[in-house]
Amino acid sequence: MSLPARVVTLVVAFLAVAAVAVFVVVHYFLFSPQLVDFASGVTPDAGATVHVVLQEDPQNTVSSHPDWVSYFIQDPKTGKWLHTTIFRVPAGTKVDMTIYGYDGCTPLRNPYFGKVTGTIGGTEDVDGKPVKQLNSWSGCTVGHTFSIPGINLNVPMGSPGLTATLCGTSPCTSGPHETMTFSFMTPKGTGQYFWQCRIPCGGGFIDGFGGPMQTIGFMTGYMEVVS
Amino acid sequence: MAASVADDRPAPGAAEPNHGLRIFLIWLPVAVIADVLLWVVYGPHMPPGRMSNSAASQQFDIKVMSVIAAPIMAFVLVFGIYALIVWRRRDDDEEDGPPIHGNARIQTTWITVTSVIVLFLAGFGTYELVAPGFAGAGGGEGPSPIWKPSGGTPLQVQVIAQQWRFTYRYPQFGGFETTALMLPVGEPIQFNVTSLDVIHSFWAYQLGVKADANPGVNNVAYTTAEQTGTVTVRCAELCGLWHGAMFNFGKVVSVAAFRAWATKTEAQLASITKILPPYATSYDPTVVPQINKAMAKAGIAGANGYYYPPQDPVQP
Amino acid sequence: MSIETQPERAQGAGGGEPVAPEGKRAWWRRPAIHTAAGGAVVGYLLGHLLGNYLAGSGPSLYPNIVLSDSSDWPIVLGYLLAIIGWLAGLGVFNDVFRQMAGRPAPVSTGVPEHETSGLARYFRYSLDHKVVGIQYLVGMLIYFCTAGLFAMAIRTELLSPTDHVFTSQVYVELVGEHGTMMMMLMSSVILGPFGNYLVPLMIGSKRVAFPRIEALSFWLTPMAFLILLSGLMLGGFPFGWTGYAPLSIQATVGADSYAVAFGLMGISLILAGFNIIVTIICYRAPGMRWSRLPAFIWAMLSTAFLMVLAAPVLVGGMYMLLMDRTAQTAFFEDSLGGSSYLYQNLFWFFGHPEVYILALPGFGIVSEIIPVFCRKPLFAYKVAAAGMIGVSLLSFFVWQHHLFDSGINPDMRPLFMLTTELISIPTGFIYLVALGTFWKAKIRFSVPMLFALGMYFNFLVGGVSGVFLSDVPADTTEHGSFFVMAHFHYTIMGGLIFAFMGGVYYWLPKMMGIKLNEKLGKWQFWTMFIFFNSTFLPLFAVGMAGQPRRVFEYATNLTGINDWVSISSFLLGGSILLFVINFVWSTVFVREREVGNPWQSLGLEWQVPSPPPPGNFEKVPVILTGPYNYGVKDAQPVADLNPPAGVLSAAIAQAAPVEAEA
Repeated sequence: MSLPARVVTLVVAFLAVAAVAVFVVVHYFLFSPQLVDFASGVTPDAGATVHVVLQEDPQNTVSSHPDWVSYFIQDPKTGKWLHTTIFRVPAGTKVDMTIYGYDGCTPLRNPYFGKVTGTIGGTEDVDGKPVKQLNSWSGCTVGHTFSIPGINLNVPMGSPGLTATLCGTSPCTSGPHETMTFSFMTPKGTGQYFWQCRIPCGGGFIDGFGGPMQTIGFMTGYMEVVS
Repeated sequence: MAASVADDRPAPGAAEPNHGLRIFLIWLPVAVIADVLLWVVYGPHMPPGRMSNSAASQQFDIKVMSVIAAPIMAFVLVFGIYALIVWRRRDDDEEDGPPIHGNARIQTTWITVTSVIVLFLAGFGTYELVAPGFAGAGGGEGPSPIWKPSGGTPLQVQVIAQQWRFTYRYPQFGGFETTALMLPVGEPIQFNVTSLDVIHSFWAYQLGVKADANPGVNNVAYTTAEQTGTVTVRCAELCGLWHGAMFNFGKVVSVAAFRAWATKTEAQLASITKILPPYATSYDPTVVPQINKAMAKAGIAGANGYYYPPQDPVQP
Repeated sequence: MSIETQPERAQGAGGGEPVAPEGKRAWWRRPAIHTAAGGAVVGYLLGHLLGNYLAGSGPSLYPNIVLSDSSDWPIVLGYLLAIIGWLAGLGVFNDVFRQMAGRPAPVSTGVPEHETSGLARYFRYSLDHKVVGIQYLVGMLIYFCTAGLFAMAIRTELLSPTDHVFTSQVYVELVGEHGTMMMMLMSSVILGPFGNYLVPLMIGSKRVAFPRIEALSFWLTPMAFLILLSGLMLGGFPFGWTGYAPLSIQATVGADSYAVAFGLMGISLILAGFNIIVTIICYRAPGMRWSRLPAFIWAMLSTAFLMVLAAPVLVGGMYMLLMDRTAQTAFFEDSLGGSSYLYQNLFWFFGHPEVYILALPGFGIVSEIIPVFCRKPLFAYKVAAAGMIGVSLLSFFVWQHHLFDSGINPDMRPLFMLTTELISIPTGFIYLVALGTFWKAKIRFSVPMLFALGMYFNFLVGGVSGVFLSDVPADTTEHGSFFVMAHFHYTIMGGLIFAFMGGVYYWLPKMMGIKLNEKLGKWQFWTMFIFFNSTFLPLFAVGMAGQPRRVFEYATNLTGINDWVSISSFLLGGSILLFVINFVWSTVFVREREVGNPWQSLGLEWQVPSPPPPGNFEKVPVILTGPYNYGVKDAQPVADLNPPAGVLSAAIAQAAPVEAEA
């Protein structure tokens, strides 16, 4: 090939490869479920309180994995349920958390995590009644947990029970559920604290911990603390 | 340790310096200074420190290997740099070098010296591993450990690794489970490391302890803490999404403080200890005694990590 | 009574008339990479369909698999059929089917007339080992640069322990892709391009033993690369290049891309190694005794044996992993009767020879380069050969050193500490040979020599750190930390890749008749050397300070060092970019012709024109001496390229029957 032909071929090939690379980076690497912001307008370390509402569903008909259990977060401004597990809170602030548990029950792999830790008062309210620990092995008592290991927070979620017909479309707005409320203080300083569920409910995955349990946006995510 | 290198053919004339001697004379001070610095100045600060007897023995190992490695590296580097300066091609020199194909004496010396060093290191390492008092140097020895600390039953601490948190059980205190790692100073400690799901690795840096956590297997590691302080525990085997965030801090405290903590926590956690499976060196969640009862009673059909759902008759 | 025999007639392979050369069809009508891609797409769709049928929802043949929420069957079957479609589209099976149909297949000893020139042959299933060598070279550069980009993404994330550029999910995918791409594909980074290209030239042969197998080994690599990359679209895999079960069984469908790609590359390694071994043993020219073989050939031979013997274990392990993931077997799942240790042992039984597959060719290249630029024979040639064979042999006895803290039987640990320490003896022979060659030499600092020197320096650091790791007590702190990372990057990148670059600069004039720009090359070497060391030397300290591998967060007091390392790694990437620019600039734009022997090397491959003619040698040469006779007055050339008639047959007749081929 002549020199100009070679130059043109090379430039075209280079641009094509660069385009593919940029696409891969933007679409796959920088992809993240959206962040729900509870910190805007709230002064950190000032004794404020923010209210965070989540729900966990037995399925999620809004994603490409309809059989995967999933958490949803309620947008504080619009009240809509967003399919994400990432949220931001201010540092040194009290967080009042409400979680609606729509999903059925599974025993904990390590029953130690049926104990409530890290909340203010050391308890959580399950449908209004304060609870210090739940035994996931006796009856259908625990659906999921909400645990932030970095601040030693661990809260088991109750479950509507075996005989209930669980809600079929997500995000659930009606159907049998239990309501958990608890509070905790966010730590000082900026940081990222991951949270996870401890119930092995990844159906079909070894030890139940694959699939949704290890995919951000479903049963695990992180809490950004900003100061 | 460089053998003095003799020329392969008669010296062409008085002008040819004794390269071997020169290299030796440059190498000797470099090696000595490096060794002194490593042993005396840096030595006491080498990782992983001296907080436990395992860590101290590892630090000693690293120190010894450093003072052996430094002269070897110095020899190769000094020889190499000397060669590149002295024997570089001068401009317009189109001649070839002398056709030296080999030198039996040099070759034998090299092979002997390297073999001696290597065998010494292997023997030294073995000694540091198996000699009484070293108790396996902090590494996980598997379910049937050979090198144990002497003098009675060590404090038993079970490390349960799960995705993505370590929890600790103390069987000698009623088998309570906690996420806090507290250890007494001066007493031998036996870590029984196991996993509930995938392979993790319990790495207590300052204690010089690393033992992989395998599901269904009890991996035993010993150490004796010699100083109080904070211990960083990190997971050292990629275990999934949050492997990088799987860490916690532990504390080594005085024996009295430890016992007080243990009895107090045992009482505090009594209600949760009741619902834990009985203490065992490894936990196969599928054979935890309550499982069959709970499943039968509640007819639980949830996804609990089986390949096959419980009602499937071909379940192994 | 006498038996009447028919007169002999020339026949083609498989009987029938001798075959005429394939008609000259247009390039897009002959099987090449475009038909291969089409075949792969068709194959993938068929496989996916089949997998969905077998494991889909609704009435299904395998209800247990349906209950599994991650349906691996469509993906795995899709990949497998895509591979077959790819090969079919390339025309790999054409000759096989022709012979099965009783029709003669083209003879592969000569290269057809119309195959000897033009760019299109590089995109085909070519049977010319020189074409395959160039294909490998370009392929390996692409794979290396892609994996290198992943590495820079990893370092970007590690700039800060608290501010995260990527989510943890993406990060763990990046780690896996970088590691697997490098370890998997760089196994053939020297044997592929240089082994395939140069082995026949160096031993005086016109061809390799199995051209089809050699070409097949190459064409499996783009497929392995693409399958591995496609894992990103499936969510990647969260277990790094080691793939420890049960995490690899727990993972979602991205892990299938890992298992299939790695298994496929294992097959490519077996094929490549097998071809090289037979070529070296059986196709040496008369007079090419074992004691006259260039050191590079010894390295290729040792590497090829490792490939053939170790890679099958990998393929078996990946197969078992896929079975566990798809067919619900329980090889590695402890609660169902298997053992997580089984995977670790299978993997590392391959994994340790694998790292010597990576290291040995580097030794071969530098041992080949330094005599040329020192103008001296290779010192202690027999020790060099013995060292390579010794490393190759001993590498099968050390694998448990990856498992010192795993809970293996404690008795094994002193044993494997001993064998691991022992393997450093033959490894050290390389330095004996190098230092002896430098003694009283006339050292020329051309670019290939610079890279060889860089390799020696880097491998010294890497090798000595390996001794630190072999000591079991010290390994308790070092295992699974950045110390190990620094060690293997020094040996593999600092050793192998520097040697690879040296080889490219040294042999490109031979392979393409084009010389790379010397000035740019020197710039590239110095930037690469400086930034490589500034990237990886601090990592020893980082590991000793307690930072484990594959983490996205670390102790805040290590932020400074990690930032330094990350910036250095970006600059290192820049120096690799410089290499790519030099390569592309010189081979595509400038194309400065370099015929002849720019390095004045005595090697046999330099006695033929650059690039070599299709049959390498017009007549089979007779080898007269070894290739390291620098400094010998009036030395004979390595080979007589025009042996008088009758020398060949006389040599064969004269030699004892068992040495007839030697």
